[in-house]
Amino acid sequence: MKDIFRGTLVRLTTESPEALSAAFARWNRDTEFTRLLNDSPQQMWSEKKIKEYIEKDMEKDPPEVYFFQVRTLAEDKLIGFVDLYPIWTHGNAWVGIGLGERDYWGKGCGTDAMRLALHYAFTELNLHRVSLGVFEYNPRAIRSYEKAGFRMEGRQRQALSRNGKRWDFLEMGILRDEWLKLNMKQQPGRDPLI
Amino acid sequence: MLDFQTQLLDARDIRFGSIDHEAHPEIESGWTHDAEFMRLMELKPAYPLSAAMVKKQYETVEKKMDEDKNLFYFTIRACTDDHLIGKAMIEWIDWTNSNGWLVLGIGAAEDRRKGYGSQALDMLLRYAFAELSLFRVTAALPEYNEAALALFRKFGFIEETRRREALHREDRRWDLMCYGLLRSEWEAQVSAGGMR
Repeated sequence: MKDIFRGTLVRLTTESPEALSAAFARWNRDTEFTRLLNDSPQQMWSEKKIKEYIEKDMEKDPPEVYFFQVRTLAEDKLIGFVDLYPIWTHGNAWVGIGLGERDYWGKGCGTDAMRLALHYAFTELNLHRVSLGVFEYNPRAIRSYEKAGFRMEGRQRQALSRNGKRWDFLEMGILRDEWLKLNMKQQPGRDPLI
Repeated sequence: MLDFQTQLLDARDIRFGSIDHEAHPEIESGWTHDAEFMRLMELKPAYPLSAAMVKKQYETVEKKMDEDKNLFYFTIRACTDDHLIGKAMIEWIDWTNSNGWLVLGIGAAEDRRKGYGSQALDMLLRYAFAELSLFRVTAALPEYNEAALALFRKFGFIEETRRREALHREDRRWDLMCYGLLRSEWEAQVSAGGMR
């Protein structure tokens, strides 16, 4: 069977709460990163507070959120995270992704991590669709999501306020059938699940 | 001159009121036993609640109103005899981005199709824009709730996003729509004398 945690550029891991909270405390200082990631102003949480939050999240069994960290294959460096929040009743999940290490932006690492998250969502969690929200001022992310197979599903007009301007909140989604078709095409004649 | 005279909580046939912790739990418990109502109102699985459970929920609602400051919850009452007709709320208010989410429900079947929903939405919008000064409001509505979709469209809401097949009910997949209305659009309607 395919190693579902391993892509072509990155792999999915779970780090220790110590390593992860230290990384987040650093990433959260980069306001370009936090403003691409969140629609609310970033609080300067302490490493201790972030660690407690992560530990509380990890205690939940079964997990409420399937929270992965992203490491590069080349240097084995922790560069970000991707998480899936399933709504089991309806077979839907919200996906969130962030690469805190800005040296790795625009190199395909995010797209690779998203492909792994989708593979996990459709073949391990067996969901019907995956949803995401992205801000109008983040075209790099939109392009990456399109590459991973997401389609635009509309825009909440002027839902964000940043730098005194209003920006749209865009929603994208991918259905199971679309994902299957896409992955069949990429590997002709091969079962994508194997 | 600011129009202080317009009462924000009173309409022709209905008014907005607070929760009655003694009288309302029994009534709302009845609504939660109406599967059709629950499936129109809620995306989570419909589940009947006892009066005691509803009472507890009311306490949570008021605690959230007090502590989180991002929820405005109104009961809808009849002007004639004050009986509980439904509920209306602006929730998940995001003050930074000036956006709020609307929820509206008329509980008893005999109170539907009497224009109460329309009067409640009219008041809810006035509250959101004239009192809370929100920039925009959003409502998440299932594809199969045609009455709600028509009501929100009547008030100028625009279908902004459509999460394809995001709902699974009766062995069928349905879309989940987000309808949005901007304050500027609402103001234009009001000054044109629409909807009031």
